[in-house]
Amino acid sequence: MAIGSVGVATAVPRPSFRARLSELLDRENWLGPIFVSPALILLLLLVAYPFCMALYFSVSNAFIGRPSNFVGIRNFVRLWESDAFRQTFQNAFVFCGAAVGAKIVLGISLALLLNQQLWFKRMIRGAVLLPWVIPTALSTLGWSWMFNSLYSVVNWTGLALGIMDPPGPNWLGQKYYAMTAVVIVNIWRGLPFFAITILAGLVAIPKELYEAAEADGAGPIARFWYVTLPLLKGVLAIVVLFSTIFTFSEFNIVYVLTHGGPMNSTHLFATLARQVGLETGRIGEGAAISLYLFPALMIVVWAQLRFVRKQAY
Amino acid sequence: MNRKLVNKILAHLALLPFIIFAVFPFYHMALTSLKQNRELYDRNAVPLLIRQGPTLEHYAKLLWETEFYTWTKNSLLVTVLSTFVSLVIGTVAAYALARLKFFGVASLGTLIFVTYLVPTSLLFLPLAQVVNWLGLGDSKWALVVTYPTFLVPFCTWLLMGYFRTVPKEVEECAMVDGATRIQALWRIVLPIAVPGLVCAALFAFTLSWNEFIYALTFTSSSEQITASVGVTTELIRGDIYYWGSLMAGAVLASVPIVVLYVFFLDYYVSGLTAGAIK
Repeated sequence: MAIGSVGVATAVPRPSFRARLSELLDRENWLGPIFVSPALILLLLLVAYPFCMALYFSVSNAFIGRPSNFVGIRNFVRLWESDAFRQTFQNAFVFCGAAVGAKIVLGISLALLLNQQLWFKRMIRGAVLLPWVIPTALSTLGWSWMFNSLYSVVNWTGLALGIMDPPGPNWLGQKYYAMTAVVIVNIWRGLPFFAITILAGLVAIPKELYEAAEADGAGPIARFWYVTLPLLKGVLAIVVLFSTIFTFSEFNIVYVLTHGGPMNSTHLFATLARQVGLETGRIGEGAAISLYLFPALMIVVWAQLRFVRKQAY
Repeated sequence: MNRKLVNKILAHLALLPFIIFAVFPFYHMALTSLKQNRELYDRNAVPLLIRQGPTLEHYAKLLWETEFYTWTKNSLLVTVLSTFVSLVIGTVAAYALARLKFFGVASLGTLIFVTYLVPTSLLFLPLAQVVNWLGLGDSKWALVVTYPTFLVPFCTWLLMGYFRTVPKEVEECAMVDGATRIQALWRIVLPIAVPGLVCAALFAFTLSWNEFIYALTFTSSSEQITASVGVTTELIRGDIYYWGSLMAGAVLASVPIVVLYVFFLDYYVSGLTAGAIK
């Protein structure tokens, strides 16, 4: 992008190509589209086009390495007939609801604590944010060792504290425990985003409001309820919307921790789509499963544009 | 005065469970990677400590008996290239969307925002086909090509916020003095936006280093996979988990990110909130 001395060509009667180019680049209605086109081309080729392919796959009998035909909604019908998919559908809502709910409550609590006067502010923030930065697939490996059926440090601690009966739960091998484990790891990984973002919202609340509320006799709980929460509403909405879409489409944690098992009890749309689409090769059905993420995405996008970012555009 | 001190101590105490929750898995990972097998697989041993002496055997096994070095090299190559490409594409797009008036600018901004929210797990199946058509099946170059699909929207979105904070007048002054718009962008706006660029670069680096589902789907042979995929797939043989080496791999493959993180913590904090709030 090295633009040298451009004004050299002034004395020449017919402007050189370079001068004409630089003149065009000075016009906003030329420069704008030129600047946007690399991003646009990339997104059209590698996001919009694959998305259309996903739509087509979902109504075809595509199978790895075989030409495909249109089959209408047969994939979707077959999905609803399969126990694995119905279980997955239910899992997705249980997982998302539990994880996002817990992250809201814990995230607000953590943000309120981080907003206090602290001695090691930077270090504490650094520690709290760490799970968000480390590759999820790798940190989840650490968790799967912590939940190991024989050597679980979680169970060892539980037994040592006397809150579990020996031998303790087989976290990844029992239905509800496995779901709990997956939710815990998701909370662990997603909490920093909630806490740090909500903290930014808290910092932005003017101190005078609290002083005024205190002068009116409001206790700490009343101040939280009538000052903090209403002013956090915007930030909370954004965080929850973001988190919903990324929790709903979770893949890494389930894939590494349980592979969807035991008995499909922790499968989410993404992991089931991979298993059906790649491991058994039924791409059509796999694509149909992935597409269940799309309504969630649409709702989140719509809500963001409608309520949250109205002022931006 | 005293009440203040008590409150401060209470806040620290209340934070303790959160800090332990956040950090313990890493402590346990590092600890496991340094334990001898006989202690690791001893059900009567205390899992929170190393009692029988540390060992580097798991690291040795990882480095000499697996392709870990190749995986890390692949990760670095993919991450650096896709970060750089995305940053360039994202910067010019963000500048245009934040500053220039042209046909369709508002709807393009919305489009970028929508793709920013598209989860990778929605598109990996058809993208695998596209990757095959491009002749990039089982190649790390498939990742260099596909990672920008989520990095560009992210960088664009983040940088749009930064460019909006640069006062228009600064740029207009330069243009009145005879600079072209591109010169003004290059010499005036970009230097002001350096913190934003650093932030976008850090996040793009982190996101692509951490990416898993595309890497898992588009690459499979030992010479092409990235570090996360290598560690999670090649150290598990059937039902046999080499826990010591698995943890050693998880620790080592996290090192580049941790180093960046320690040096640029404040950028991470501001970038995390900027992505959601701006």
